[in-house]
Amino acid sequence: MGALWTLLVTAALVAAAANGRMAELTRAAAESAASAVTLALGLTGVMALWLGLMRVAEEAGLVRDLARAARPLMTRLFPDVPADHPAVGAMIMNVSANMLGLANAATPFGIRAMQELESLNPRPGVATDAQALFCALNTASVQLIPATVIALRTAAGSRAPGEIIGATLLASACAATAAVVAAKLLRRFFPAPPPAPAEPS
Amino acid sequence: MLRAVLDAVSAWAIPVLVAGIPLFALARRVKVYPAFVEGAKQGFETAVRVIPPLVAILVALGMLRASGAMDALTRALAPLLGPLGVPASVVPMFVVRPLSGGGALGVVGDVLRSEGPDSYAGRLVSVMQGSTETTFYVLAVYMGAVGISRYRHALPAALAADLAGFAAAIAVVRLVFGP
Repeated sequence: MGALWTLLVTAALVAAAANGRMAELTRAAAESAASAVTLALGLTGVMALWLGLMRVAEEAGLVRDLARAARPLMTRLFPDVPADHPAVGAMIMNVSANMLGLANAATPFGIRAMQELESLNPRPGVATDAQALFCALNTASVQLIPATVIALRTAAGSRAPGEIIGATLLASACAATAAVVAAKLLRRFFPAPPPAPAEPS
Repeated sequence: MLRAVLDAVSAWAIPVLVAGIPLFALARRVKVYPAFVEGAKQGFETAVRVIPPLVAILVALGMLRASGAMDALTRALAPLLGPLGVPASVVPMFVVRPLSGGGALGVVGDVLRSEGPDSYAGRLVSVMQGSTETTFYVLAVYMGAVGISRYRHALPAALAADLAGFAAAIAVVRLVFGP
């Protein structure tokens, strides 16, 4: 990630030099840094709300029930994660929220899932296969209701704002399938270093 | 009819969950309030932990956009994507969608306004918006929340998914609505 990040920033420097946009570059760096804080802190409230509700759902056994229902699929996708691990429930909550278009709820559930998956990680700082696949799947989130797009289309005066729902579902299902296939195929080309011998898990 | 159902689902989903989960828990004799507070406590901590990696990603992407590099990439892609059935106005979406959620919505708004929501370009850009997520943001937040700096194959797999989603969007929109 460090090499990619350096490459992106360097590419920006070179392109700005070629286009004579150094002043804009300076401003963009400062503004983007500030917007990251606004974005993260803006998440705090909804994050607390949904993590609180998730704890309630967990104590009621709701998350466990959900995880049990999806067990056949999850054990196949994430063979390294024990079927009754709390990470499975969190991942299911995240995927369900994504499907319903509840982005506000999906992110806290997803972060929770990453934290649970991290408890199975023998090498802190390096993604496990399960974490990589889970993230890739999330970047291709399957959506039943693309609410934002429908709202934008309605605002633009569409005759049928919802007519793209089926097509969107199909396209995002293709993206999700590609995420799984690519993650399973590419895994071997990105080997994780051996676990640190000093801290046996 | 479909519209009404969808609108109802969008409007009701969150309130029903916020009330329904505690109700269900209460029926199972859970101490709802302490459980909620205990869970919510982690919200702040997590949000703060996400800030450093998010700053790194957003600064790099913001600089890239301001430098004109994204425009150059868009111009380079246009002649390649044109023959595949991508109108010039939709080409920026290929570059912006994985990088910036707000930027992508901007492109969608532009196309819907200039070409109309019920045009081929309008439908294509709508489906592309919903077909994938803002890849770099998702990775920065999720990996950052647990302090992971080596993503391994997560990024290439995610970008492969974006590409597959876009290709499927073109194919499906042409198939269902015609070019």
